[in-house]
Amino acid sequence: MARYLTKRILNMIPLLFIVTLLSFGIMQLAPGGPEYVILSAEADAMSDPQQVEALREKWGLNDPVHIQYFRWVGNMLQGDFGKSYYYRLPVKEVLASALPNTIRLNFFALVLIYAISIPLGVISAVRQYSKTDMIVTATAFAGQAAPSFWVASLLIWGVAMNSGGLIPTNGISTPGITFETYGWLSVLADRAKYMFLPLIVIVFGGLTGLTRYMRSSMLEVLREDYVRTARAKGLAEKVVIYKHALRNAVLPILAVSGGLLSSLVGGSVIIENVFSWPGIGRVAWQAVNNRDYNVSMAVMLLSAVLTMIGYLLVDIAYVWVDPRIKYD
Amino acid sequence: MAAPHLNTEAEEQLQGLAREESQFRQFVRRFARNKLAVVGLVILIIFYAVAIFAPFIASEPLDARVNLAERFQPPGSPGHPLGTDNLGRDLLSRMIWGSRISLSVGFVAMGVAVLLGTLVGSIAGYYGGTWIDIILMRIAEAIDVIPVFFLLVTVVSVLEPSVYNIMIVIGLTSWPGLAYIVRGQFLSLRQRDFTEASRAMGATDARLIFRHILPNAVAPIIVSATLRIGGAILSEAGLSFLGLGAPPPAVSWGQILSVSRTFLKQAPWLMFWPGLAIFITVLAFNFVGDGIRDALDPKLKR
Repeated sequence: MARYLTKRILNMIPLLFIVTLLSFGIMQLAPGGPEYVILSAEADAMSDPQQVEALREKWGLNDPVHIQYFRWVGNMLQGDFGKSYYYRLPVKEVLASALPNTIRLNFFALVLIYAISIPLGVISAVRQYSKTDMIVTATAFAGQAAPSFWVASLLIWGVAMNSGGLIPTNGISTPGITFETYGWLSVLADRAKYMFLPLIVIVFGGLTGLTRYMRSSMLEVLREDYVRTARAKGLAEKVVIYKHALRNAVLPILAVSGGLLSSLVGGSVIIENVFSWPGIGRVAWQAVNNRDYNVSMAVMLLSAVLTMIGYLLVDIAYVWVDPRIKYD
Repeated sequence: MAAPHLNTEAEEQLQGLAREESQFRQFVRRFARNKLAVVGLVILIIFYAVAIFAPFIASEPLDARVNLAERFQPPGSPGHPLGTDNLGRDLLSRMIWGSRISLSVGFVAMGVAVLLGTLVGSIAGYYGGTWIDIILMRIAEAIDVIPVFFLLVTVVSVLEPSVYNIMIVIGLTSWPGLAYIVRGQFLSLRQRDFTEASRAMGATDARLIFRHILPNAVAPIIVSATLRIGGAILSEAGLSFLGLGAPPPAVSWGQILSVSRTFLKQAPWLMFWPGLAIFITVLAFNFVGDGIRDALDPKLKR
C-alpha cells in the first residue's frame, strides 16, 4: 500500500507542474500582456510612461518570461500567492475565507447525492421497466439536461418568492443570528434555511449521472452467477439484493465520485453566483470580472489541487474497499 | 421495397447478412426503432431549421428598436406570443435569433474538441507506453483536473468574449475526454492482425494511424461527441448567464436568461422560455446520442 501511495503521489507532481504552466500561460494571453492587468489596478499609473516603466521594474515584468514563471512558482511554494488588487488583501486570506463556505455546501450536497442516488438506482434496477424505473430514469435525463441556473431561477421564482420570506434567495446567514444571541438551534435553522435552495439545485444536477450509473451497475451485478447462487440457496430477496448484490454494485460508483467532485466544484461558479454564496466559485467570478489575475490563477490552481486530492482519496478508498484490486 | 417484418435482433442480423444489407441501412433501421431518439432528432431538425431561416421567421429584426412603451408585455399579448423583454422587444424573435449562437456553439465546440481529441488520442494510443503517450496524457489530465468552469471563465475573460472565442475555448477545454476514448481504442486496435499485416507490408505510421486504425474507432468518437454537444451548449449558456457571453447586439438563450435575473419578479417569462429551449435542445441531443450508441452497437444496450 505504501508503495502504491508513493507512486500515486509522485505522479501528481508532473500534473501539478503542467497545471501551473497552464495557469501562468493563460495570464500571458491577456491583451497587452499581464502588465496591463496588474498596472491598470494601480489606478492612474497607466497615463505616465515613466511610472509604467517604474512599476514594470518593481513587479519584475522586464525579466524574461521563464524567470517570472519560476519566481511565481517559487513564491507559491513558500505559501505566497501574491496580492489581490480587488480585495486589497493577500490572495491567501481571500481564499481562506471563501473555501470553507464552498466545502460546507458541497459536503452536504455530496452526502445527499449518495444517500439518494444509491437507493434510487437500486430500486430502478430491481424493478427494471416498472413505472418507478421509468420515473427515475426520466428524472435522471431531465437533471442532466436542465441548466443549473435555470433550475435555480425557477426555484427562486416559484418557491422562494412565494414563501413570504421564509426561504431566502441569496446569502449564507441572517446577520445578527449568532450563537451568543439566539442559541444553537436558531443558528442551525437559519443556516439550513439559506442552504435549502442551493442544495436542491446541486443535488438535482449531480444526482442524475450517479443514479443512471448505479442502475446499470446494479443490473449488471444482478446477472452475476453469485447472485443466482444466493437466490438458489433460498436467501430472502432482500438479503440477496442488499447484502450480496449492492456491495459489489456500489464499487464502480466510488470510481466516478472523483469526477463528480470536480463537477461540483466547477458548478459552484454558477451556483454561488446565483445565490450570492460567498465561496471560491464567487471569488473566481469576481476575480475574472475585476481582472484580479493573481486570484484567478490561485483559484484555478487550488481547484485543480482539490480535484487531484479528491481523485487520490477515491483511489485509496477503492483499493481499500475492493480486495480484488492489487496495488503495486 | 417492402420491409420484411422482423422480430428478434438475431433474426434481423441473419437477414441483414443474407441480403448483405449495408451497415448504414442497418444503423438507420435500428435508430428508427428508438422512439426517444427519433423524437429528439425531429426536435433538433425543427430547431436548426428555425435558426437557419431566422430572418424569415422572426417578426422583428435582430437589431429591433427599443420600444419602452411595449416593455414587459406578458406572453399571449397581441403580436408577442411569448411576451416582450425589458426593452420592449419581442421575446420570441429574440429567441429565434438567439438560437443561432446557442445551436452553433455545440457543433463548433465539438468540432474543435473532436479534432484535437482524435489527434492527441490517436498519437498517444498508437505510441502507447512511450514518452509521447505519457506526456500527451499528462497534458490531457492536467486540463481535466481543473474544474471546467474555472478554466472557461478565466480563459474567456482574458480573451475578450466573442462568439468565436467562446466556441473555441469550450472546444479547447473539452477534448481530454475524447482523447482518452480514442487512445483506448487505439491501444486495442494496434495489436490486431490487420494492423500487423499492414505494418508488415511497409505502411508508414501516419498511414497506419489515419487509414487503418482510425476508421475503426469512428463509432465511439461519434457517440461520445454527440453526447457532449449538450454539455457544450450548457457551457455557453452558463458563460452567457454569468455575463461572459458574446456582447450585444449578439444574443443567445443564455444571455436572455442572464438579463432575466434582474426582472424575475416582473417578467418571469424572460427566464422561463429561453431556459426551456436550452433544456429541450440538450435533452434532444442526449436522446439522439443514446440512440446512435445503441444503433451502432446493440451489444451495449441495456
